Parts: sequence; C-alpha cells; structure tokens
Amino acid sequence: MTQPQVPMSVEDLKQMAATIRCDIIEMVCTAGAGHPGGSLSATDIVTALYFRLMRIDPSNPRWADRDRFILSKGHACPVWYAALAERGFFDKSHLGTLRRLGSILQGHPDMNKVPGIDMTTGSLGHGLSVGVGMALAGKLQKKDYHVWVVIGDGESQEGSIWEAAMSATKWKLDNLTAILDRNNLQNDFFVDELMPIEPLPDKWRAFGWNTVEIDGHNMEEIVPALEGAKAFKGAPTILIASTVKGKGVSYMENVCEWHGKAPCREEADRALDEIRRCSREQ
Amino acid sequence: MNNNAYRFVRPDIAALLSSEDLFSRADCEPTRASYARTILEIGEQDPRVVVLDADVSKSIGTNKFAEKFPDRSFNFGIAEQNMFAAAAGMATTGLIPFASTYAVFASMRALDMVRNSIHYPRLNVKIAASHSGITPGPDGVTHQGQEDLSIMRSIANSTVIAPADPTTAALAVRAAAEFEGPVYLSFTRDPVPVIFDVSYPFAIGKAVTVREGKDATIIANRDLVIQSLIAAENLAAQQVDVRVVDCHTLKPLDDEMVLRAAEETGAIVTAENNVYFGGLGSAVAEVLVENRPTPMKRIGVRDTFAESGPYLDLIDQYGLTARHIITAVQEVLKRK
Repeated sequence: MTQPQVPMSVEDLKQMAATIRCDIIEMVCTAGAGHPGGSLSATDIVTALYFRLMRIDPSNPRWADRDRFILSKGHACPVWYAALAERGFFDKSHLGTLRRLGSILQGHPDMNKVPGIDMTTGSLGHGLSVGVGMALAGKLQKKDYHVWVVIGDGESQEGSIWEAAMSATKWKLDNLTAILDRNNLQNDFFVDELMPIEPLPDKWRAFGWNTVEIDGHNMEEIVPALEGAKAFKGAPTILIASTVKGKGVSYMENVCEWHGKAPCREEADRALDEIRRCSREQ
Repeated sequence: MNNNAYRFVRPDIAALLSSEDLFSRADCEPTRASYARTILEIGEQDPRVVVLDADVSKSIGTNKFAEKFPDRSFNFGIAEQNMFAAAAGMATTGLIPFASTYAVFASMRALDMVRNSIHYPRLNVKIAASHSGITPGPDGVTHQGQEDLSIMRSIANSTVIAPADPTTAALAVRAAAEFEGPVYLSFTRDPVPVIFDVSYPFAIGKAVTVREGKDATIIANRDLVIQSLIAAENLAAQQVDVRVVDCHTLKPLDDEMVLRAAEETGAIVTAENNVYFGGLGSAVAEVLVENRPTPMKRIGVRDTFAESGPYLDLIDQYGLTARHIITAVQEVLKRK
C-alpha cells in the first residue's frame, strides 16, 4: 500500500478531497446502496483531519498514543472508509466490497473489522459520548492524544448529544473537538422543518463549549480552525461547519433523496466527471 | 435437617432454613453493598479499574470508591445513555469501566448504548445493575428491574450474572473484572442472608450444586436461591429429597448441569425473581426441550407489574417465595 506524503498542503488537501469524493461515488454506486449525501458534506473536514491534523500511523492502527476519530453519524462511513484507504490503512480494493456479505466494510462502521476505525457507530447520538470517554481516559492516563468527533445536525436532535455536551464541559475536555456537519438535511426533510434545532451556535455556547463557525468546504478555513481547536485550553471546542449535503455533485446538492440513495452507473459517471472537472479548475 | 446435603452453605444458615429468623440476621446485606466493597478492593489492586455513576452512587455505595479514588471516579449525573457510551469509549483505551446504575436504566433506558456501543464491539465494560428484579420493594414498579435478565440475555456477546448473596456477589465482581468483554452484573437492593462461605467455587458459566438431592432439582438465581434452599429443607421434612443449583450465570448457561439434573432427578423447577419469560426458566426449558424433555415448572414474576411493598411481603404476593417453590416441586413430581 502506498502512503501519501503528510501533512498535506491546502492545495493537496483539495485534490485529496476530490479523490475521496470520487471514491464515495464509486463505492455507493457499486454497492447499490449507501449514504452519499452526508458523506460528501463531511468530505473536506475528514480529509483535513486524516491528511493534515491527526497524529496517526496507518501501519499501527491501534497505537495507544494516536489521535482518535469518531464518525458519530456512522451512515456517512463511505467518507471514512475512503479516507482510511487513501491514507494507507487498508488496500483500496476493499472499497468495491462495501455492504457485501463478508466485507470488512459494513453498512455502518465496525471497529473490529476495519483497521483505523476507532469506534463502531451507526446508532445516532452515541459518538460524542464515546469521545467523552476517550478524552477522560486520555486525561487520566496523561496521554496527549486528541479526540475528534464528527456529528450531524439531524443527529443533534438526539438527547444524548446534549448529555455528552454537558459532561465534556464539566470535565473541561479540551482534548476533545466536535465538528458539527451542518448540512441542513436529514432523512425525511430539512432539519428546520422537521424539528428545529437552531440556533446551534447559541446552544453550544450555552453549554460552555468554545464555539467556532466555519465554512465546512473551505480548506483555507477548515485547517486553521482544526488547529485552533486542538490548541484551545480549558474547554472542549465545537466547529459548527456549514456544509452542503451532496457537495460536489450538482444533482445531489441539497436534495433530500440523496441522503440514502445510490446513483446508477450513468449518474455516477456524471458525478465523477463533475468532481474531476471542478478539481482541475481549482 | 440433614446438614450433609448442603455444599458451601454456612452451617449457621443451614441450621436456620426451617425457621423464620433467616432474614432478621444482623449480617443480612444487599448484594449491591458487596459490589461496592469489592470494587473498592479491586480498585486498590488494578489502576485500570474506573467506576462510573449516574447519581445513585450513594445508593449503590460506589461513593466510597469516589472518595478513595477521585481521579478514577466519574459521576455523569442523571444521564445513563451518556454514561454507558462514555464507558465504551474508556474501554477502547484499555481502562476497565464499571458503570453503575439501577437495572431498569441499564437494561432499558440506555439499552441502545449497551447493545450498539458495548456489546456489538465487545468492549470491556462491566455493567453493575442494582435494584434488579422486584427487589426494590418499596420503590415500586418504575424502579423494579423485573425484565433486565431477559433483555440482557437476548443480546449477542453478553455475559449475564446474578449472584445469590454477598459472598458470591464479591466473587462475581472479581471474576467479571478478570473477564475480557462485557459483563452484566445483577444486584439486589434489599438485604439477603450471607448464605455461602468463601470456599464457594465461583466460575463464570459454571453453576454450583448447593444442596444434593435425587427427587427433583430447583435451578435458581440471585435472591431466589435462598428461597429454594428453604423450600428444599421443608420438602426434606416431607421425605422429598431435592437438589438445589445456584445458577449464578444466566448466560452462558451451564447446559451440562441442566441435562445432568434432568437425567439424575427427572424433574426441574426454575426459580427467578424476574419475569418468567426470557430468563432462567426459558433458558433451562430451551435446553431441555431440544435435548431431554423433562417435567418442569417455572417460578417467576408472571405477566404483570408488581407494586410497592416490603421486599419479603412483595415476593410472597407475586409468587416467588419458598412456599410457591414447594408447591411447584410437588406438582412437577406428579408428572414424573
């Protein structure tokens, strides 16, 4: 397995994000099922983490001092699988097996099957709590790893998210950063039509978190925001990242149906063309 | 009384089995207290052990762990879902979290976390559940975990233990700490007699015959083991010689013990302070029906919720005491 040169420049991160977007489209198309919309909205954030920010070693995925990453919105695992494969945690040939019987790549991520998956997720509202546990363990064991958790805006309707939010402040978990992938859509409808949860920045500030709003597709903003979150002391940080569900594929963007639908071959080819063209123009 | 029939039962307890004085002994103790004492000892020896609470540490007694090891104690407040998922996160780093709350909350309110974030990834979290069964008598239905054993048994990768008394509760906690993987430990809110001496051979998945007998076998767990011993002692006076098995581990069930009991005694009564479907009675019946159909009766909470009341009155009202077990044995003997 080839491993890319890390940490990457912002320009290289943009190219890698395009590559990962193409991987996502191919995976979901080949599988005939999956969640492209929320994978594409989180792609730039996940790319910046895996290819710039995180202290990880693909040849030693259970390294005790590694940074931890949890994709709490586990249905978006195509982006996680693609990032891990591109980073060299496992062979890219696995990507074509997503959701197949016997595959290491389950429909929602399984930590015991995939090198680099730090926590099994899928049931929403667990990941931030798991991150709290990992961050508490880090403090107790005097380790300096950082815990990164991506949560969804629809997922924030789960009450347990707010239980976790409360506890991270109580224990001053500045070794924990949440990134909220605010793509404004959930399975059934727009988040704010279905069950309004805004104003999210005010809510997180009220819960005592260092709250920063960013454009979740602008690498020039994402990288320094992640660096700032890691450096911030005394409280956990949340980056509220404005994103577009289906980002990079025009016919998927902001269209609810692409939450959990696979493109057919023709649609996938169109998507790949768009992503590659856009990437070349950058 | 035939003291020779008993195994690992303290002689002073065996001597009281046919009297009313058993539950008024000064050394009666809830098994949750034994858990709290034991986790304190284990915490001394193993720095990986951490204790998580959800605002009932004073009730369970884990506040003593918090006093002694403040760095390794985490009180999550009234937020069981967060506590169990955080326990999972801690376990991924090599810590051994004991997450403590009441059975209803561990097995029901936080079940999604317990299933998906602990059992599915097989993380090394110990779930310490007090108030299991209708032991929290006065507290009433919302705090009576009468389904927890059935629920936990149905989850893949689960190990479910319901010790009978303070002695075996301590042994169970130690065994759970040494076991790699999730363990559900079921404790009583109400005091039970210290039945066993420390020679009790506790091993996860290995049931223990605590009274020899040849006419029928009572297979019991948690607080109905003492009721089963009382029943056996009374039946002995009627020349009925009953074996009593402390089946402390509900899962994995000791199938071999069940089949041996069926073969050697030919009649089985199960006794559990838990709903009578999905728990011990069901587990034993499943083994028998597929391997050696045997006359059987189940003692357990019927398809109903209980109510508030003193523990001993309550288990009598809901059919869980020695006299109910005696009747069940007499009935099953007629079908032999």
